[in-house]
Amino acid sequence: MGAVGEPATDSAGVRQRLRRFLGLDDDGVSTPLVLLSGAIAAAVLSPLVWLLLRASEVPTDEALSLIGSSGDVFANSLALVAVVTTASVLLGVPLAVLTVQTDLPFRRFWTVVIALPLVIPSYVGAFAYISAFGPDGALADALAPFGVQIPEVYGLGGTALVLTLFVYPYVFLTTRAALLSFDETQLEAARTLNVGYLSAFRRVILPQILPAVTAGGLLVALYALSDFGTPSIMQYDVFTRMIYVELNSFGDGRNNATLLSLQLLTVTAVVVALESRIGSGEDSGYGAASSSTAMISLGRLRWPAMLLPVLVSTFTLALPVGILAMWFVRAEALAYEVGGRAFEWGFALNSVYVAALAAAATLTLAIPVAYYSGRSRARFAWLAERATYLGYAMPGVVLALALVFFSSNQLAEWFGPGVARAVYQSLPLLVFAYVVRFLPQAVGASRSSVLGVDPALLGAARVLGEPPRRVFRRVTLPLIAPGVFAGAALVFLTTMKELDTTLILHPTGFTTLVTYIWRVQEGGYYGRAALPALVLVVVSGLSMIPLLVQGRDK
Amino acid sequence: MSNQPTSTTDGPRAKRAADRTDSTVADADAVLELSNVVKEFAGERAVDGVDLAVREGELLTLLGPSGCGKTTTLRTIAGLESPTEGTVRVADETVAGDGREIPPEERDVGMVFQEFALFPHLSVAENVAFGLDDPDSEAADRRVANLLDLVGLDGYGDRSPTELSGGQRQRVALARSLAPEPDVLLLDEPFSNLDVALRVEMREEVARILNEAGVTAVSVTHDQEEALSISDRVAVMSDGQIEQVGSPASLFEHPESRFVASFLGQASFVPGKITESSVDTTIGSYGRDLLEGVTDEYVGAEVDVLVRPDDLRLSPADGEAGPISAETQPVTTADGGTSVASADGEVVQRQYTGPSFVYHVQLDDGPVVRCLHNHAEEVEIGERVSVRLVADHTLAWYPAA
Repeated sequence: MGAVGEPATDSAGVRQRLRRFLGLDDDGVSTPLVLLSGAIAAAVLSPLVWLLLRASEVPTDEALSLIGSSGDVFANSLALVAVVTTASVLLGVPLAVLTVQTDLPFRRFWTVVIALPLVIPSYVGAFAYISAFGPDGALADALAPFGVQIPEVYGLGGTALVLTLFVYPYVFLTTRAALLSFDETQLEAARTLNVGYLSAFRRVILPQILPAVTAGGLLVALYALSDFGTPSIMQYDVFTRMIYVELNSFGDGRNNATLLSLQLLTVTAVVVALESRIGSGEDSGYGAASSSTAMISLGRLRWPAMLLPVLVSTFTLALPVGILAMWFVRAEALAYEVGGRAFEWGFALNSVYVAALAAAATLTLAIPVAYYSGRSRARFAWLAERATYLGYAMPGVVLALALVFFSSNQLAEWFGPGVARAVYQSLPLLVFAYVVRFLPQAVGASRSSVLGVDPALLGAARVLGEPPRRVFRRVTLPLIAPGVFAGAALVFLTTMKELDTTLILHPTGFTTLVTYIWRVQEGGYYGRAALPALVLVVVSGLSMIPLLVQGRDK
Repeated sequence: MSNQPTSTTDGPRAKRAADRTDSTVADADAVLELSNVVKEFAGERAVDGVDLAVREGELLTLLGPSGCGKTTTLRTIAGLESPTEGTVRVADETVAGDGREIPPEERDVGMVFQEFALFPHLSVAENVAFGLDDPDSEAADRRVANLLDLVGLDGYGDRSPTELSGGQRQRVALARSLAPEPDVLLLDEPFSNLDVALRVEMREEVARILNEAGVTAVSVTHDQEEALSISDRVAVMSDGQIEQVGSPASLFEHPESRFVASFLGQASFVPGKITESSVDTTIGSYGRDLLEGVTDEYVGAEVDVLVRPDDLRLSPADGEAGPISAETQPVTTADGGTSVASADGEVVQRQYTGPSFVYHVQLDDGPVVRCLHNHAEEVEIGERVSVRLVADHTLAWYPAA
């Protein structure tokens, strides 16, 4: 970056500072690129604007009384987050230690099995649990003659249990990565200093893996806070569920939904802020060789120790998948029992169609931002990149709500009700919602590819007589293509299983796997939901491959 | 194998311990004893029947090429590996073998790790206090202060290990391992992580600290210079076995096997034949007394004589005719015999080390030998030379291979 000698009092100085702010003097950065990235960032941020605009329309006294009355929802949400996060840490950390540092039999196998619950969308898990243990649930009925009483599955207990079972792998994976990069000679050093394993874990290992555990815990907290499906199915009144309920009610409903959304966003922002502080400032070892050789021998406990992963995977994998499979078989056999609309493969096709659109759109928008922020260290490049992370912090329900306001209120005000009707619950709006929600995934993957391109290669291409635009096309693009496509694939798969935004914004009559599952499970036609839910589990499983592979390589 | 008598010369550093090469007999004052220690990894014998007794207060170094099993031996002593066979005794207590396996934290064995393994989340003082019974007590504070003083890091207690240089990290690692007053201190390639200049400085420093602390220590290295310069005794290892144990000087001057001989110093072997009064080699005939412990019963034997660069001199040969230089007078050897410099060879390589040259000479009839010359005596590569023995001490020899 150019150095400025003169004080920037004249217009040349101002221009110079602006150029630096935009990073225009950086290699490969051009004015169109900056403008395009800025426009994408602005578009992504716009839902926040619509939400704030809508909130400002709520009369102050009404707002105050509404906020006052939402105390229960706030408390419920915090309770859920606290329980789920704590339980996930208590489950994830010991499992990580067990699979990384001990001589547990079949460690590789268990590592995969323990991480695998991430592939089951939590609402599918919740649906499976309700259909088994809820009133008139399959297992509840089967166990009743033996005098076994299933505790109430609705409310905090059930919601927290189901969420924990399907999100604790976040803690497991971050902790595992930290344990793998832990220098095992430190443990040996502790032992030659007459300190046993348990004490060494507390004094040496724990302080060093704490940032990773916290990072995983915050991911879990963020998930618990923004998850809509599980609390809705389990009938536990948290922000997301209440926002959805209020949105679909009349009268003050939309005002309520808006204020609840703002509260939820605030809490989410706190979690995200905490998370971004944890990421940096790691106090890692120097010259440490990472290793996954067993550091401690469990001795006689070696085989009994397998009980823990066996027990966990029974509840996270065997039970839900078994229940879905059972419903599927039963539905085939007792077709007359089933009500509601029959499943059509066209729904799956719709899912694929809209997910492909979303992936293509996200990919197109991610490349400029990723390239700009990867090539330039200017302030504006950083801002544009950060802006695209909004979708990460904005729960789907809140995003959908903001877009509802945009299409039904804002557009009607600007262009009349005709335009509003055309946009509201239209396919482009739905795709835009997906883009906002999943752009972070695509930008993240693309940006790290851009950063991985050796600048010397670009210099070499320039010296060989290629102008910047052709260097991008002939050198940069082919090199970043794998990363970009990996990001797009991830967007495709996560879009397939996205619940909240799809539910609120899907065009009338446009049924996808997700909206179908939602409708039949609301009607209690569990047999109907089994097949699409199993399909979603498979799709979701594919989307987790990058995460699992990453966890293994580390 | 050789049949030389054992040496009686004491190395300059063998001041704390009597110098005997046999270590299989358990010494009365042995702090650490290994007997027939075997360690197998997936069927591979990394350590293959090691017997060793380390005496109170001495510094013994396991020296050998990488993969010879020296580090595994060290880790077995620490309890970080358990031996497949054999026993390890520390301070008259069996810590491994005979059905016992005392975990490392219950052995009074300290260790300095190759990468130092300092705890990055703790300060220097906290690192040093780590192994103490009550790290927060005043007694611990005093002990830490004393140790930091001993290793020359007074006032560094509040620093983070990540802020320290390599040499300083090593000092902290040493202080930390000394803090719980171990019966035996183990050092795993302690200087391999330091740059060359620091290495020489630190090995003198570490020898001083160990001496002041009066601790019994076993170190491991592949660097012969390091082993010879700081150790009271050196055990040369090869293929999981100990080849020879002894003071640095006795090892260097009287290696019992070709392996030890070739591992220490830039050794070469010159073939020769023993006669009644002389030994006839490819680089001339010398008095029989030049060889160690030769008696009449060896007359007629074919031998290989161990020569090191400082035992040999070369001089330019004029064409194929042989040496004519004024320098090349017949030389009177230590035992009074004379040698007739004759053998021809060709300089094939030249190492310039600053103060001296080491010339590699390909002898016409076989081996490459190395000759040490000062930097002023320059010979070109490819030049024909004659080589002669100038040793002023007896030479080791081995039956011809």
